[in-house]
Amino acid sequence: MEKSFKQPALLAIVLIALIALPIVADAAGYASLTSLATRVLIYGIAAASLNLVLGYGGMVSFGHAAFFGIGGYVVGILYQHYSLDEPLFGFISGSNQLLVTLPAAIIVSGIMAAAIGALSLRTGGVQFIMITLAFAQMLFFLFVSLKTYGGDDGLIIRRTNELAGLNMRDKQTFYYVCLSIAMLFFVVLWRIVNSRFGNVLVGLRQSGKRMAAIGLPAYRYKLMAFVISGMGCGLAGALMANFLRFTSPDMMHWTKSGELMIMVILGGVGTLFGPLVGAAVFTVLESVLASWTENWQLALGFILLFVVLYTQGGVQAAFARLFGKHA
Amino acid sequence: MTLFLEQLLNGVQFGIMLFLLAAGLTLIFGIMGVINLAHGSIYMIGAYAGTWVAARTGSFWLGIPAALAAAAFAGLAIEFLVVRRLYGRDHLDQVLATFGLILIFNQAVTMIFGRQPLFVAIPSLLDGSVELLPGLVYPVYRLAIIAVGLLVAVGLYLLINRTRIGMLVRAGSTNREMVRALGVDVRLLYTLVFGLGALLAGLAGFMAGPILAVQVGMGEQILITTFVVVVIGGVGSIRGAFFASLILGVVDTGLRAYLPGLLRHVMVGPDADALGAGISSMGIYLLMAIVLLIRPKGLFIRNS
Repeated sequence: MEKSFKQPALLAIVLIALIALPIVADAAGYASLTSLATRVLIYGIAAASLNLVLGYGGMVSFGHAAFFGIGGYVVGILYQHYSLDEPLFGFISGSNQLLVTLPAAIIVSGIMAAAIGALSLRTGGVQFIMITLAFAQMLFFLFVSLKTYGGDDGLIIRRTNELAGLNMRDKQTFYYVCLSIAMLFFVVLWRIVNSRFGNVLVGLRQSGKRMAAIGLPAYRYKLMAFVISGMGCGLAGALMANFLRFTSPDMMHWTKSGELMIMVILGGVGTLFGPLVGAAVFTVLESVLASWTENWQLALGFILLFVVLYTQGGVQAAFARLFGKHA
Repeated sequence: MTLFLEQLLNGVQFGIMLFLLAAGLTLIFGIMGVINLAHGSIYMIGAYAGTWVAARTGSFWLGIPAALAAAAFAGLAIEFLVVRRLYGRDHLDQVLATFGLILIFNQAVTMIFGRQPLFVAIPSLLDGSVELLPGLVYPVYRLAIIAVGLLVAVGLYLLINRTRIGMLVRAGSTNREMVRALGVDVRLLYTLVFGLGALLAGLAGFMAGPILAVQVGMGEQILITTFVVVVIGGVGSIRGAFFASLILGVVDTGLRAYLPGLLRHVMVGPDADALGAGISSMGIYLLMAIVLLIRPKGLFIRNS
């Protein structure tokens, strides 16, 4: 069902454009474009992860910002313990190495997703939406109250994590690191959604009863998808903390969950690259609108309403219908 | 002991406020199957309209019709322009469309009223306190809120259990198609229910004015708490919403009042206060998680 990878020419063009972007942006005098593109890549990873449960699995999670925030806090907390040189819990030493912090963020958010998913998936429908929201809110308030880690002011990460002698403070270098990670991520995601596991997931969305009749344990598959998706959001959160050199409870605020969902629906639910497109549309829209008017949220609200009510499938589907081709 | 009773009353008062919001929310969800995140915005609109009129005219009482009218109008407009198109759509679309409404309303209210919170004074009739028990002095205004909330609860009970509209509402929440097949104008019924929900939200918003600051974003905070109420009580059940509101109001108030003190026995003051505040904020979500794990459909829905 995934045709995106069957259009290698288009994919190659996009990839070349992404690789060339910082160089062109610098040459054209729009150096800030590189930062914008970095944000797009990071949010794209998070939105695509959310889409695995939302679009493929049909589970409307309203709490995925929690994993995004956890990823950020893993980086922030490890950095704080590294800079103060006092081990976490007395035995885990802090770190400023990207190769340590990223896997740690992925693992921790995976564990959290396993716990939250295991409980939330006992319910369905509106209860599922609300219980995922509730867990995210719990974590939000927990981090707001943790004075050791900055409370509601958040944690400043003075220096971006180090990676193999690269100058990570350089915007271009960091962009290319994010681009490499994003490429890797999308290859893995592509493998997942086109595997037997991905097919079962789609099957579960369409009819849980049918899958049960074949003898497939729905709960286990859904939980697995939830965990993978949480890990992806954790990865994105860790990258975002490095990018902003800052992490705060705002990363797991419920409006952030809403924004991630907006990205997914803007780009197209249940498509591999849709969320990346959605992240790009949302991020660019946000910065363009914000530069025009301070009332940009009003415009964003109307755009969102329009997309939900009239496009039925986001930007990708709208384009497909406009140009009369089936995406 | 009196302090405990006072906190209990505070909890009941908070619970009653939640009930006014939760009743509308659960009716709208139970009958139309729509998750309306913009319910908190209607609460905010009621608060702003009422408080603004009250401040302009100097009369608290004129604020009430203003709040109700503004909230009902906003509710009907939302139903007519947006929610009407969302019946039968999946929850994701509903969540996102009404999330868009939140952005619109918050920004619009900021543009009209500015970022400064509005204030309204308690009218002289409801100002002051009464001594309920020896040593237990309680503000009249909060008692009035409790009274209004109980009146609304009784009114809703009668409306739903004793009238024809109520019968249709009950039937509609069980089997929508059947009601439509019987020749009932379901669309009009939906609009009425939505308007009623909006009216109650506006009332809650205006009554909250003198206690809380009337400001942008006031709706979202209480909205999520209200959703917790609806889910704990059981989606679509007014009775569930009533009891869950009271339970939640009391639990939340109790945790906020007593937890920091308890924590101060084991850790230093400021840390205890911060952690206490954090855990109390988490308390209701924890409560909801526990309830859902035991009864996935909520406390007051018979498991089928």
